[in-house]
Amino acid sequence: MENLRKDFSHIKGWGIDADPQNDPTYPMKPHRTDAEQSGYSWERPTLQPVDVEILHSIERPNISAVFGTASPPSGLSGMIRRFAFRYSENSYLHWLPLILADRVNVVEGVIDDFKNGHVPNIFAEKGYKAEWKHDKIGLITKFAVAAAVVAGVVILLSNKDEDDDDYDQLNAYDDLDRYDAYDS
Amino acid sequence: MLAMDYRGPKRVRVTQKPMPEIKHPEDAIVRVTRSCICGSDLHLYNGNVPDTRVGTTFGHEFVGVVEEVGSEVTKLKVGDHVLVPFNIACGRCHFCKQGLFGNCHESNPMATAVGGIFGYSHTAGGFHGGQAEYVRVPYANVSPTVIPEGMDIEDAVMLTDVVPTGYQAAEMAGIQPGDTVVVFGAGPVGIMAAKCAWLFGAGRVISIDHVEYRLEFVRNYAQCEAYNFRDMEDPVVFIKKTTDWMGADVVIDAVGAEAAGNTMQTITGRKTLLQAGSATALHWAINSVKKGGIVSIVGVYGPTDNLVPIGNVLNKGLTIRANQASVKRLLPRLIEHVQNGIINPKALITHRIPLEEVADGYRLFSAKLDNCIKPVLIPPSARM
Repeated sequence: MENLRKDFSHIKGWGIDADPQNDPTYPMKPHRTDAEQSGYSWERPTLQPVDVEILHSIERPNISAVFGTASPPSGLSGMIRRFAFRYSENSYLHWLPLILADRVNVVEGVIDDFKNGHVPNIFAEKGYKAEWKHDKIGLITKFAVAAAVVAGVVILLSNKDEDDDDYDQLNAYDDLDRYDAYDS
Repeated sequence: MLAMDYRGPKRVRVTQKPMPEIKHPEDAIVRVTRSCICGSDLHLYNGNVPDTRVGTTFGHEFVGVVEEVGSEVTKLKVGDHVLVPFNIACGRCHFCKQGLFGNCHESNPMATAVGGIFGYSHTAGGFHGGQAEYVRVPYANVSPTVIPEGMDIEDAVMLTDVVPTGYQAAEMAGIQPGDTVVVFGAGPVGIMAAKCAWLFGAGRVISIDHVEYRLEFVRNYAQCEAYNFRDMEDPVVFIKKTTDWMGADVVIDAVGAEAAGNTMQTITGRKTLLQAGSATALHWAINSVKKGGIVSIVGVYGPTDNLVPIGNVLNKGLTIRANQASVKRLLPRLIEHVQNGIINPKALITHRIPLEEVADGYRLFSAKLDNCIKPVLIPPSARM
């Protein structure tokens, strides 16, 4: 190590925290205490009053002594979240509904904005001002691609309408044939 | 007060929100003077973390002045300027008693794998974060630390997450003198991990990323080799070749769920969320370390489907050597390193942005515009 230190003398602090005893290729767990064997039994801190709905993991018997109250569950997303919390963190039925609830919650957020008379400024909320300042070409390309995709979808759908018209026309001919058949 | 407000994937704004209140006798209310946008905030910003509810405020890296304390707060007083570790820790459960402050069992009712984290979804406790003018800080007697006299608050804010996480990545790796250490990811944490690898006696440090300006930064800041994986046919083969076909002694995953570099992982992990994020960096780490080597993970992975619940491996600190940093445990040593000039955290800060422009800050950081390494937000009340 002394020889190595000379090689790295240009790096301030080289080897200052080296600890040959810290070799995690062997199982190690410092500070193991007997208390750990006694289960969920520590002296709990004062409990925060529960003044909003808190969903808690079913992998624990209670609510932790403190918790955040940022956005209590509400609306349709809240119903989905309540469903998710019936399942453990080990289950797809916990996490996937939460992701779905997040997406529903976004729509609820927009509806709330309108209800409160606020029209969300999507351009500003997405920080496009910064992108316009530092990457104009990238932003223009992004919008151009999005416009092309939308145009493509519109053309596809309008073609589909025309196809439907053709189909209606064919049915008309079919009916004519049938009419001819009756006629003969 | 003004606060960042999450409205949906890639949509945030600043709105007026009610002032935070003391809800528990060990709470403090802190007036924020600096807060950061962290790389792991981008997982929330991109909508990849389940139970990220509209209306919440992000931000787990902040410093500020104590404005009010609860009846059981004895270690802080009004007027103290404190740095607040990102973990919310009670200090008395089994896990806190072992120094595992990132694994506290009394700060998050919503999940058992991860402890409470400021502004990090309801999966991490449903706390509002520090990208605001004021924030509620629970368990104020435990983790918040008065900023030492003479320390720049911009150095201090980096000690709330970035520096300890990078340092713990190197510590968990059990680096032995002379080891070859590879760090995947040259974001702020990866840069700091590369820097700290030297402090544990590494003999060679290699940083791998795909953004040129970040590679240039880590090369200069951490005095290490830095390579772009876009220039390689296969980064694993590159590392094998450059280590005389043995593999690295130690590999650090400082990337997590939003890794680039593999199309299938990008589609299944980042775009469709069919697994817990893109595990590209983790694959590369496991495959490029030598046999008997050590993989240290500090990159954040989501809790959803995957072949293994790697996010829980990180959050629970299992013996693969992965964990959220236990900031409180590391702070005394890191403060010493900053004071002695061994580490210069604020050199990572490239952008200082008014809180009101938080949406632009997120876009700047997430799209890697304007050579952004680390953005810091400054609330209006801290600019007076």
